[in-house]
Amino acid sequence: MINIANAQLWVHDQDEALAFYTKKLDMEVRSDVTVPEMGNFRWLTVGPTNQPDFAIVLMAIPGPPLMDDATTAQVHDLMSKGFAGTVFLTTDDCEATYRDLKSRGVEFTETPEQRPYGIDAGFRDPSGNQFRLTQLNVSFGG
Amino acid sequence: MPSVPPARHLVRAKDLVDTRYHDPITVADMAKAAGLSRSHFSQQFHRAFGETPHTYLLTRRLERAAALLRNTDRSVADICLAVGLQSIGSFTTSFTHTYGMPPTTYRAQFPDPAKYALIPACVVRAHSRPQHRTFREDTPEPTPLTSEMSDSPPTGDL
Repeated sequence: MINIANAQLWVHDQDEALAFYTKKLDMEVRSDVTVPEMGNFRWLTVGPTNQPDFAIVLMAIPGPPLMDDATTAQVHDLMSKGFAGTVFLTTDDCEATYRDLKSRGVEFTETPEQRPYGIDAGFRDPSGNQFRLTQLNVSFGG
Repeated sequence: MPSVPPARHLVRAKDLVDTRYHDPITVADMAKAAGLSRSHFSQQFHRAFGETPHTYLLTRRLERAAALLRNTDRSVADICLAVGLQSIGSFTTSFTHTYGMPPTTYRAQFPDPAKYALIPACVVRAHSRPQHRTFREDTPEPTPLTSEMSDSPPTGDL
């Protein structure tokens, strides 16, 4: 059997991302380890409190020598343009979660709307990564 | 902390179009969302996304119109206005040009919208936006007629 443990997102700035994911999305820090002998590489993961076996890795773009300058610039650029990935979240109450997150300053791209699969809204994290916030229809079973 | 890349601001203009395509938004509104001057914005947007802000807005509206044709029984005129386009004549023209057939013919090709109902809306929207082509690009390049070619015998596949 295979389980998903972590999935990685690029972020422009790990401190900024950490504040966003913990203070605004109410996720908990699973690990925050800085390794001096690896050029101060920082392994930073966060996840929803009620889902202890899954975490998002908030990965800083490493830069040279792992990633050459041109690639580093490209990854920054892709992320800023919103092409670096989408995370699909579920919630029990899309409208209430939307209002709560909005009041905390989360940048929404779409307000909650009824879809065939449920009610959902869209927002971005500070780096430009896209999120969907979906209240799934029970009838569709996800 | 690294400075915010310019594209992070430009994507806000795209987000504005994605959210409010049905409103009478202009390129000036998009520039404002990106926090840039009108002329600088168009140039930067084109550099980042490979098309002009106006083209993005138009193709987004056509994509939404196509979705409404596939998924609803609303009239063509109603759909035209619902996606923020003003003239039904120019809507039909640009739709036909983009999708290769008039709206009603397009609609007739998609009998079962329920099949796609479980795909998240943002994914459908992003992946079904049509490529914008100018009329000139549609015309095939004329085959250069060199003296050698005109002298050669007919090859049968012409």
